Amino acid sequence: MTDTIVLEVTRYRPEQETEPTVQEYEVPITPDWVILDALNYIKDDVDGSLSYRWSCRMGICGSCGMMVNGKPKLTCATFLADYAPGPVRIEPLKNFPIIRDLTIEMSDFMTKLKDVKPWIIREDEKPIEEGEYLQTPAELDTYKQFSMCINCMLCYSACPVYGLDDAFAGPAVIALAQRYNMDSRDQGASERLGILSEHEGIWACTFVGECTKVCPKHVDPAGAIQQYKVTATTEWFKSLLMPRGSK
Amino acid sequence: MTERSAYTEFRPKWYRARVSTYWWLSQWSYTKFILRELSSVFVGYFIVITLLQVRALTLGASSYAELQLWLGNPLVILLNTVGFLFLLLHTITWFNLTPRAIVLRLGGKRVPDILIIAPNYVAWVVISGVLAWVIVGS
Repeated sequence: MTDTIVLEVTRYRPEQETEPTVQEYEVPITPDWVILDALNYIKDDVDGSLSYRWSCRMGICGSCGMMVNGKPKLTCATFLADYAPGPVRIEPLKNFPIIRDLTIEMSDFMTKLKDVKPWIIREDEKPIEEGEYLQTPAELDTYKQFSMCINCMLCYSACPVYGLDDAFAGPAVIALAQRYNMDSRDQGASERLGILSEHEGIWACTFVGECTKVCPKHVDPAGAIQQYKVTATTEWFKSLLMPRGSK
Repeated sequence: MTERSAYTEFRPKWYRARVSTYWWLSQWSYTKFILRELSSVFVGYFIVITLLQVRALTLGASSYAELQLWLGNPLVILLNTVGFLFLLLHTITWFNLTPRAIVLRLGGKRVPDILIIAPNYVAWVVISGVLAWVIVGS
């Protein structure tokens, strides 16, 4: 095995360039280094002008998602040695505008996330003296998988539907909405139904399934979307059969 | 959704790459997806063929014989063979995806995927058997 590896890193400096370029950096290969370690090595010892996001280094914060050899990956969980002898192509997450180098603009995702109200909604809050809202392990199990989402947006990079039309709500947003819809303590499903049932919501998804494959937390957003399609269809039939039924 | 996100006023000139028309050739999983979508065309094609057969039957023996002759054309046989392969792709891929959309729980536990998939195949075999019996047996 060679003791160095070449990283081909996307650079984009909007004050100098009209489109991204590629810059090569040679970095040492250490068995316990992840891609993020190599980028930090470049930033600290080779070229301090390189820009990228990172924070926790342990697959929790969801900040360091990038394209590694064309696949969306958390760079803190992707070992450099697995790409030897290289070179390794490091690009910003696909399907998002690039602000600088490996840093993408994520406002679109944040806006959509807020729209689906990813928090517990109660029709009536009980007094604090009555204690917490209890939940059985079985009730927790129904949504726990979807609650593992860390908002890393790898699923958006893998989704060709979002790439072709960014009006689509996208995999993580729908999975997180479903996480609250399925929570036994939540009473806000009808508030989310309108937004999720729009054409740009669940119905824009054509079930490519790549979002689930690239998810580092095994959330299965594609499954969440298909399950919500069943729910939305059922609700539509109910409203057709019982137009005056309680919502 | 509320209004589209207006990318922050503090942004410099961000760069947005265009998605290639041939994005679906960039990786095999995307190509498989497109083939699965394309298979719907052949589902429609076979529905049309079935309707033509029913129509020919109602019009009489000569119409049906004429249709049979057309169906025996080597090019039509080739088209039908390709179409049949796409139908198999369509059926198998969608059957295998059903557990992703249908989640059943029994006794608080999620029913295994195989128990969601299997009834589709059983129904496929049974219905095909019944139809074969009606057509060939009668």
